[in-house]
Amino acid sequence: MTLSQLEVGEIGIVKEFTDLEMSVKLMEMGCLPGEEIRISRIAPLGDPIAIHVSGYQLSLRKFEASTIILQ
Amino acid sequence: MKADIRVALVGNPNTGKSTLFNILTGLNQKIGNFPGVTVDKKTGFCQLPDGRTAEIIDLPGTYSIYPKSKDESIVFSVLADKARGLVPDLIVVILDASNLKRNLLLYTQIADLKIPVVVALNMIDVSEKAGITIDVDLFAKKLGVPVVPISARKIKGIDQLKSTIAYANKIALQLETIDVEPIAPQLIAQIQQELKIDNPYFALQLAHQHETLNFLSAKESDRIEELEALHSFHSQKAQATETIARYSFINDLLYDTVKKPETAQDESVSNKIDKILTHKIFGFIIFFAILMFIFQAIFSWSAYPMSLIENLFIWLQSSVNKALPTGPFTSLLVNGIIAGLSGVLVFVPQIAILFAMISILEDTGYMSRVTFMMDKVMRKVGLNGKSVVPLIGGFACAVPSIMSTRNIENWKDRMITIMVTPLVACSARLPVYTLLIALVVPNRNVWWLFNLQGLALTAMYLLSIISAVVVAFVMKFILKARERGYFIMELPVYRMPRWKNVAFTMYDRSKTFVLQAGKVIIAVSIILWVLKSYGPGDRFAQIDKTYSQPQYTKSMKPDSLSKVIASEKLENSYAGVFGHVIEPVIKPLGFDWKIGIALISSFAAREVFVGTMATIYSVEGDADKLESVQQKMHSATNPDTGKPVFTLAVAFSLMMFYAFAMQCASTVAVVYRETKDWRWPAAQFAYMTALAYTASFIVYHFLK
Repeated sequence: MTLSQLEVGEIGIVKEFTDLEMSVKLMEMGCLPGEEIRISRIAPLGDPIAIHVSGYQLSLRKFEASTIILQ
Repeated sequence: MKADIRVALVGNPNTGKSTLFNILTGLNQKIGNFPGVTVDKKTGFCQLPDGRTAEIIDLPGTYSIYPKSKDESIVFSVLADKARGLVPDLIVVILDASNLKRNLLLYTQIADLKIPVVVALNMIDVSEKAGITIDVDLFAKKLGVPVVPISARKIKGIDQLKSTIAYANKIALQLETIDVEPIAPQLIAQIQQELKIDNPYFALQLAHQHETLNFLSAKESDRIEELEALHSFHSQKAQATETIARYSFINDLLYDTVKKPETAQDESVSNKIDKILTHKIFGFIIFFAILMFIFQAIFSWSAYPMSLIENLFIWLQSSVNKALPTGPFTSLLVNGIIAGLSGVLVFVPQIAILFAMISILEDTGYMSRVTFMMDKVMRKVGLNGKSVVPLIGGFACAVPSIMSTRNIENWKDRMITIMVTPLVACSARLPVYTLLIALVVPNRNVWWLFNLQGLALTAMYLLSIISAVVVAFVMKFILKARERGYFIMELPVYRMPRWKNVAFTMYDRSKTFVLQAGKVIIAVSIILWVLKSYGPGDRFAQIDKTYSQPQYTKSMKPDSLSKVIASEKLENSYAGVFGHVIEPVIKPLGFDWKIGIALISSFAAREVFVGTMATIYSVEGDADKLESVQQKMHSATNPDTGKPVFTLAVAFSLMMFYAFAMQCASTVAVVYRETKDWRWPAAQFAYMTALAYTASFIVYHFLK
């Protein structure tokens, strides 16, 4: 299961990443393995999405969310 | 001013870093360049309580020492450049107390470089309100650095921060955050040994960033490359390991020092606002309403100060004319320099208003929501969610809009935005369109409701935005991306705008424009003055001689005589000669040499078209009045055919030319300033001219 498959309000815990380059950027922004992520909203046109992680709100495209594998 | 110590401000975006910078330095700041790169360097001076002066350097906001953009790459290259003495004596790391976890990543990286550090714990009031309790003493003890809680917005704790800066240790005393060596043991050891570096984290950073650091010699950089291959160093893997280790340190630190309630209150308020502002329907309605408001503000609020500036310069011109004897010097001063200066300063109200609006949108956090909502649409045409505001601002003036593209991090998106913004119908095109439409489009209604002239003007505005989107789409395939495009962006909590920051941005941007673009515009104005005021050989003397004969001086009023002379002189000036020279080129577009002169002089600013037309047709009476120019143009006939010059085909062909051609010295200057490479404005000038020529040609032959 990847982050892009979650619905608004659902929570997942990061397990690993499929893309090394993207994972480095995501981890810097606080999306680390073991961290809890909640989907806060989806943009009006369906992409990107906004997530709640490490105590703040982060937005990322659906494709980028699909590189995050959840536990 | 001479500084006793150099202090660098480092922190995440949205942490109040620039607010703190403004408080520490007041108006006592200047913008320069970092050596060898195109990033603005903001420095200022601050009086410390012990009487010494500190030079404060505001480094670009970044989430990590590993750069994601050109701006961010400055941070490490300044902190590492020992050779050129850029390294500060002290670093103030600004942390957002309400969002410590992610903020601390940058702190741990900076701390491990072993430069003396002081922590400013900003927004302490916000975090207290949200119920977060921070044991500041324990926090400071665990890091081994002075920690000062402050609120930059409420100007609290600033004096204490200043004295902490003054009495900070000259040697780095902070505790190590992570064990760096295990990340790449042999490589770090060997770089340290060969390049004589005592700090292991510094050595590791050299391994990561050596390609972009311009203080390393080619030999050193190559040697690091060799060592990396030898020890099979993988930059991204190493960075991943390091980041995980750092967050594990941060989690332990926060576990001991920070107590947080289950749900942060401020976050939920922000959430409620987001529900409305990014709503499927209301979100877009509100966004378009805000855009309309900005558009209106730039147009209508600037009208009064702009006419005030114009009138001031008209008054200045006439009083200089009266005070000084007539001659080339007075003419240069009045028609070259003062006219050029007026052309620069007249834009200041629009620039100030646009930047006030943009900085309010950024400050409140709304701008990142715009990006969030528009990203999908804009991405399809090669732009970015953040391109929306510059494009809309382009309806007022391309100059401030291009300056505002700086907050687009992605290089390719930013370049495309800069390249297409001048296509949007700016306010300088409006007088040209109004004049030409009134000339050839009948003023009557169709279907009772729509005025034909209004429809023509609306069509010109629509054309401009469509052409910008189409060109952006084409450029998406031409330009090569420098970095992989991604969209990992913080959505900051909504906040009230800081009015002081808004005022600073207005002042800052207006000043930059006047100083930077002003030089080019004045130079161009002077060149155009020379072209218009001098002619080859003794042609001017001949004109003066002819018109001093009694048949003219007796039969004509001196006022109309001087207008005829001016018209005659313009025809014979270098500009006139040039108009004749380019006539064969512009003839296929339906233009004669007179229009050629107008096209050339329009390069200083498009609205000059109206004034030039007035001079060419030696308009009597109030030359600034559109109606009188219009009458003259209406009755103008081609001497060879006897037919009117301004037919429907010619007028629309001319409008097409003004719609697409880059006839704006200010824009060229500002594109150069923003890209720091003449090839960009040159390419822009070339493609826009080609587009203008083709469009005019097609329209002329279609309507002829």
